[in-house]
Amino acid sequence: MSDVRVQLPFHLQNLARVGSEIVITVSDPVTADSILDEVERRYPMLCGTIRDHVTKKRRPFLRYFVCQKDFSHRPTDEELPDAIKAGNEPFIVWGSLSGG
Amino acid sequence: MAGVRVLVGTKKGAFILTSDEARKKWDVAGPFFGGWSIYHMKGSPADPNRIYVSQCSDWFGQIIQRSDDGGKTWYQPGGEVKIDFTGQPAGASNKFVYEGDPGQHQWYDGTPHPFEFKRVWHVEPHPKNPDIVYAGVEDAALFKSTDGGVSWKELPGLRQQRSAEWAPGAGGLGLHTILIDPNNPNRMYGAISAAGAFRSDDAGESWKVITKGLKSQYIPDPNTEIGYCVHRLAMHPSRPDVVFMQLHWNVMRTDNAGELWTNIGEGLPSDFGFPVEVHAHEPNTVYVIPIKSDSEHYPPEGKLRVYRSRTGGGNWEALTNGLPQQDCYVNILRDAMSHDTLDSCGIYFGTTGGQVYVSPDGGDHWQAIVHDLPAVLSVEVQTLK
Repeated sequence: MSDVRVQLPFHLQNLARVGSEIVITVSDPVTADSILDEVERRYPMLCGTIRDHVTKKRRPFLRYFVCQKDFSHRPTDEELPDAIKAGNEPFIVWGSLSGG
Repeated sequence: MAGVRVLVGTKKGAFILTSDEARKKWDVAGPFFGGWSIYHMKGSPADPNRIYVSQCSDWFGQIIQRSDDGGKTWYQPGGEVKIDFTGQPAGASNKFVYEGDPGQHQWYDGTPHPFEFKRVWHVEPHPKNPDIVYAGVEDAALFKSTDGGVSWKELPGLRQQRSAEWAPGAGGLGLHTILIDPNNPNRMYGAISAAGAFRSDDAGESWKVITKGLKSQYIPDPNTEIGYCVHRLAMHPSRPDVVFMQLHWNVMRTDNAGELWTNIGEGLPSDFGFPVEVHAHEPNTVYVIPIKSDSEHYPPEGKLRVYRSRTGGGNWEALTNGLPQQDCYVNILRDAMSHDTLDSCGIYFGTTGGQVYVSPDGGDHWQAIVHDLPAVLSVEVQTLK
């Protein structure tokens, strides 16, 4: 089990009524899927806001960042670096495109 | 003391405007859900403190918000933070999944395109039960919740009405109008751009296409049933068989629940517009706001004029007192007009320029309640007695 830091965009912080960063406990292996599964279980109001309810595909205007790298197009069942598992780096969900 | 609560959905949040019966001085609350598009918000006729909101974003998708105290506090039904992980399905209040195979509709180029949920355009609470609420969504479908918005289920009968032929209007393929007869909630009307108008007599389980008599200049076959860009429907509760329609071209009326429509738009400065509304106490008094078509989408001659017919169509008179009569180039969207039911019926509308106007005397005199909101997407009025 790992305590993983997750950073959420402003509007999702408001929906979940949390600050910019939450800490959740995730079973191994720690992947984008397992992190987001746990986020949605703990904060069900975020279901459907990051990933599609049914397909679990990332919403198009959001991005996942891991250790300063864009992991948005990486397989979501890929095990994430140790820095995420150790809590040294956050898993970042980012609203990537500006709307003018 | 009687008063009104005006629920305003905008492109960047929700606002609640309240006043007493005089409707001269207003309190403005909001923005609620700042930064989100509020397509529609509406209170339950059975419990005015129960308000449902469609909140959406291109980034984060669809959210349903609910208030049980008249808009003082809000929450996502069924979306509370979980201490343990048992009980209701998590976060289902924004889960809109089509029944069975979603199927396909026509895309802009006429090719088949799969139905994909995008957002809720319209929420319509049941007239007698505050826990029952309908949602009209894009891509067009009807959903129903029987648990106060905690979970939603499609009523697929609507999409069984030749939905493979439905095509989106410029704003998308949305079920934007849901009318329920308050005296017989089994009777419902629905409208979709650009598919047409529909009627149900069994609370939305099955539907019938009701487009006979409609004409569109780009649909040469007068017998075509599907493909009409219906912008809005309105009816008076005392006459559920009489329905008024703002069509993409023309204002229409039916006296037999949609079996046949006739044009009542003669004399208006434009055959185009979005909202249509009926006076609370005069079933034959109808309001429209003509807009220049096809591409400009602002008032003809830069003059913002509401048109009123006291004869159920025809004999239109321009209502201008208090409205800008020069250099006005806003639009009024289909869900952005409403009325109250006070003795002197108030008429309300919001503009894409961020103004919300009220006439406390049925259209004779107008004043702006607010001038500078974000673009107004919807206006609904609750009469508090």
